[in-house]
Amino acid sequence: MFNKILIANRGEIACRVMKTAKKMGITTVAIYSDADKHALHVQMADEAIHIGPPPANQSYIVIDKVMEAIKASGAEAVHPGYGFLSENSKFAEALEAAGVAFVGPPVGAIEAMGDKITSKKIAQDAQVSTVPGYMGLIEDAEEAVKISNEIGYPVMIKASAGGGGKGMRIAWNDEEAREGFQSSKNEAANSFGDDRIFIEKFVTQPRHIEIQVLCDAHGNGIYLGERECSIQRRNQKVVEEAPSPFLDEATRKAMGEQAVALAKAVGYASAGTVEFIVDGQKNFYFLEMNTRLQVEHPVTELITGVDLVEQMIRVAAGEPLSITQDDVTLTGWAIENRLYAEDPYRGFLPSIGRLTRYRPPAETASGPMLVNGKWQGDAPEGPTAVRNDTGVYEGGEISMYYDPMIAKLCTWAPTRAEAIEAMRIALDSFEVEGIGHNLPFLSAVMDHPKFISGDMTTAFIAEEYPEGFEGVTLPEEELRRVAASAAAMHRVAEIRRARVSGRMDNHERRVATDWVVALQGESFPVHIDADHEGSTVTFPDGQVLRVASDWTPGDQLAVLDVNGSPLVLKVGKITQGFRIRTRGADLAVKVRSPRQAELAALMPEKVAPDTSKLLLCPMPGLIVKVNVEVGQEVQEGQALCTVEAMKMENILRAEKKGIVSKINAAAGDSLAVDDVIMEFE
Amino acid sequence: MKDILQELEHRREEARLGGGQTRIDSQHAKGKLTARERIDLLLDEDSFEEFDMFKTHRCTDFGMEKSKPRGDGVVTGWGTINGRMVYVFSQDFTVFGGSLSETHAEKICKIMDMAMQNGAPVIGINDSGGARIQEGVASLAGYAEVFQRNIMASGVVPQISVIMGPCAGGAVYSPAMTDFIFMVKDSSYMFVTGPDVVKTVTNEVVTAEELGGASTHTKKSSVADGAFENDVEAMAEVRRLVDFLPLNNREKPPVRPFFDDVARVEDSLDTLIPDNPNSPYDMKELIQKLGDEGDFYEIQEDYAKNIITGFMRLEGQTVGVVANQPMVLAGCLDIDSSRKAARFVRFCDAFEIPILTLVDVPGFLPGTSQEYGGVIKHGAKLLFAYGEATVPKVTVITRKAYGGAYDVMASKHLRGDFNYAWPTAEIAVMGAKGATEIIHRADLGDAEKIAAHTKDYEDRFANPFVAAERGFIDEVIQPRSTRKRICRAFASLRGKKLQNPWKKHDNIPL
Repeated sequence: MFNKILIANRGEIACRVMKTAKKMGITTVAIYSDADKHALHVQMADEAIHIGPPPANQSYIVIDKVMEAIKASGAEAVHPGYGFLSENSKFAEALEAAGVAFVGPPVGAIEAMGDKITSKKIAQDAQVSTVPGYMGLIEDAEEAVKISNEIGYPVMIKASAGGGGKGMRIAWNDEEAREGFQSSKNEAANSFGDDRIFIEKFVTQPRHIEIQVLCDAHGNGIYLGERECSIQRRNQKVVEEAPSPFLDEATRKAMGEQAVALAKAVGYASAGTVEFIVDGQKNFYFLEMNTRLQVEHPVTELITGVDLVEQMIRVAAGEPLSITQDDVTLTGWAIENRLYAEDPYRGFLPSIGRLTRYRPPAETASGPMLVNGKWQGDAPEGPTAVRNDTGVYEGGEISMYYDPMIAKLCTWAPTRAEAIEAMRIALDSFEVEGIGHNLPFLSAVMDHPKFISGDMTTAFIAEEYPEGFEGVTLPEEELRRVAASAAAMHRVAEIRRARVSGRMDNHERRVATDWVVALQGESFPVHIDADHEGSTVTFPDGQVLRVASDWTPGDQLAVLDVNGSPLVLKVGKITQGFRIRTRGADLAVKVRSPRQAELAALMPEKVAPDTSKLLLCPMPGLIVKVNVEVGQEVQEGQALCTVEAMKMENILRAEKKGIVSKINAAAGDSLAVDDVIMEFE
Repeated sequence: MKDILQELEHRREEARLGGGQTRIDSQHAKGKLTARERIDLLLDEDSFEEFDMFKTHRCTDFGMEKSKPRGDGVVTGWGTINGRMVYVFSQDFTVFGGSLSETHAEKICKIMDMAMQNGAPVIGINDSGGARIQEGVASLAGYAEVFQRNIMASGVVPQISVIMGPCAGGAVYSPAMTDFIFMVKDSSYMFVTGPDVVKTVTNEVVTAEELGGASTHTKKSSVADGAFENDVEAMAEVRRLVDFLPLNNREKPPVRPFFDDVARVEDSLDTLIPDNPNSPYDMKELIQKLGDEGDFYEIQEDYAKNIITGFMRLEGQTVGVVANQPMVLAGCLDIDSSRKAARFVRFCDAFEIPILTLVDVPGFLPGTSQEYGGVIKHGAKLLFAYGEATVPKVTVITRKAYGGAYDVMASKHLRGDFNYAWPTAEIAVMGAKGATEIIHRADLGDAEKIAAHTKDYEDRFANPFVAAERGFIDEVIQPRSTRKRICRAFASLRGKKLQNPWKKHDNIPL
């Protein structure tokens, strides 16, 4: 076994690999750019080597620099993680030449699977199901109909040079194929000056399901079940789970065996992933093979108990696989939610900055510890497990240079429903402040009926959130649970307020038991009977909710028990109440006495003032950079320009979405306070 | 007997109606509450005791004798906020537009006298059209009686003014002399002369809102210390403020039970200061992470944002915070920030509130507008305020402390009790580049030499240790343990006794 391993990556995956390396007693070496000087993966590593400036193309993916670091460290093996150099055959070749083990497949396998056309051909040769289609030139409409019939309807008629939906038609019968061929051809000729057309099977209700394979250099290969990755936004996976709620045992076996056959066909030796597209009738077609550790590997680890990183390292060291296909059992259900530094309310625009608060939920399983249905090592308390793979920490910086994914939160439970519920609680307990992030959106997905039923396709996000994400409206039942909790918490806070020093003896304030809770446009008058264990909150219609919690004023996370079921709230302060975030909702909750509520009802509704359509210079300073152009559409929060004042660079951001109509200043201009920098339509 | 008792209730009912239901409805239609409704919101439930409910005016001119509403346009009395005594007057716009008569003023004066005598804050709710013109000079005399009491009460009991409607002409000078002025957005305004007079005299066309609305006074003039969305929120936030304040200048600031760890370690503070010394960071994050439960009551939030002032609690006890804000103008001192902070420091000192100063200051803002505006004297106000303050003073230098601004920001030399610095602190006359260019003027043409000199200067002075060697810094502390350090420091200063020499009063450069 190796003594020292270098991880040619950063962020959560570098940390993930190091965890296993440390467990195996292997010394770890990190590499880092200027932007990652204080990164978690650098802190975790036994050694760290600086490899250049922040942009990845000047550091993490420069083969020479990484090779230098490897040489300097004396590492015997390199784990590439995912992305960066992980599927770069030149890097694998360079390692081979230097006599350093690559924790990944042989160069030939990377090359074979790296090309879409070659890989599809190899797959066909290995009897792997591929999307049926005709790649040759099609002469006329009648030939198109003939080919369509051979493939089987529905088919997609596509322009070879096509893109953006232009020159693309879906045909469900001969007539549509005939028409579609002609119109595609015309459109293609007009749009691209190239009227070549091809036809392939149109996959209806497509789901993205992939098979994890594991092969050694001795000809052994197994599959470790599948992962369902249909919840994607613009081809970026957001939620994954294992197993898939859609597959049956027979399909799983067929897919698994084909995946192993493909791996063997290219002499694969490492962990790899074969991606399939699966239609509504469980027909599956090969898409591509990823010759690396996949981002979403933890869900497979959680249901199989196999440490994939450990297996990769052992295979790279020449060991034969110690597990056979018969040893692989899928136990329970695992779900992964990817936490992105992207603001869902601002069109998922990447958000950078300082993590002023970062408190993931407590992990009850930090690695793959479930073996044959039994927990090894630190068994989680209770029937569920939480795992969080992360590369950031509170006080750390999310920079603009790298992937915006900052954590992978996973839950495991015996059943899918329990795993989803555990995920809801875990998301509610995850505290992230300082940057925009997609936690509310993830909560919304976990509560979405289609996701709960398992009935989703790769179009889930595009179809269910066509206008983007606009927050969550809590259903009445949930709202009451929040209202009761807020009332109970408010009462605790008021009692504390009434215990300030300097009171008039014997004339203290008696905190009332009747309160009116206003949230999400509704108002609930409640009565609270408190005792030492909790509060009994009665609603006017007689509903009674029992709230128990050890929350004290100032706690930003309230873990409550409402009528026996858990409720976790993120709690902030606002006048006369709390800002409460839970289940993807962001609520201003007012708790008032009946008299206060009566008077508050007299207050006028204020319309938010129309924020001026001008960007004014907030301070005297020098324009360093203008980031936008006239006519450009800008998103709320987007950087517009940078003003230097007192040698400090201040980035001015768009207050709302708009189109730049005029720019009055250029880099180098000196401006006074309130000078107009730019105007919006 | 019963009839007589009923007569009392009858008279009370009548007084409570003020100017009558029509006028009450009209007040509500303007988005405003009535004088009594405001008191209901301000004070603990059922704690209000009214004085002079039946008082009426004595004017007989212009037919005034025909209308003598009970209470005469102002509701006065006392009650409690979280069990602590406060005096309150609330002008009733439904009675003669809340105008101030001789008797109206007498009512205010009565509770102010009692507040002074009994040591409790005065909260004034202003909603008045101005002087009662029918009374002429008697009304003006009434104003002056109130002014004189504002002056006498200053520094004895906290005085809070809440502007919840018009406040114009001479009427503005009573709030102007109180400790804090709060306004309600869109329904209050304050000015010495209104838009009509302005038009006549200067030909400027301006709306009441532009001339003296909440936005004007919180952002431009600094007359107001804060503004709230509506009457309900305003009263709730005034309650919150009173919880921070001592009842009078003979009492220590209040303490309330707290649920925060005194020794709470905040690892994230170790990375608060960016690697690049010219990058800003948000000082409010530090304030929030130091105070109990992250609670902070900011004063003048929208004005001179390059300095932050406000109240937090440490171990349940009020502490005043003054902090440079690197996010705005690099946190420099200028006319506005000096005035803002000086007034805040003096309030804290007057009411025995310990002061925490967080320093990251590159110096004073240069420029003609500053010099012409008298930055010398305005800057001196803050210097003076810190130097004369005898309350416990704890200072933490997080990054820059350059030049005269270093001296000003509660330095050791101004009787700072605990002067801490983070390892990232740079205490020097100026930044390395500027200093090098002066010391090594001869080498100015040689970029390489200058770079070497700059490096030398940085190595020597861009740290807290030179100051620590001289004892100007008591201890260099880890950012993460700052809360524990300052809690212990203030705890050790609870018995602090420091007396300035006897004087009639000082002569701060006003």
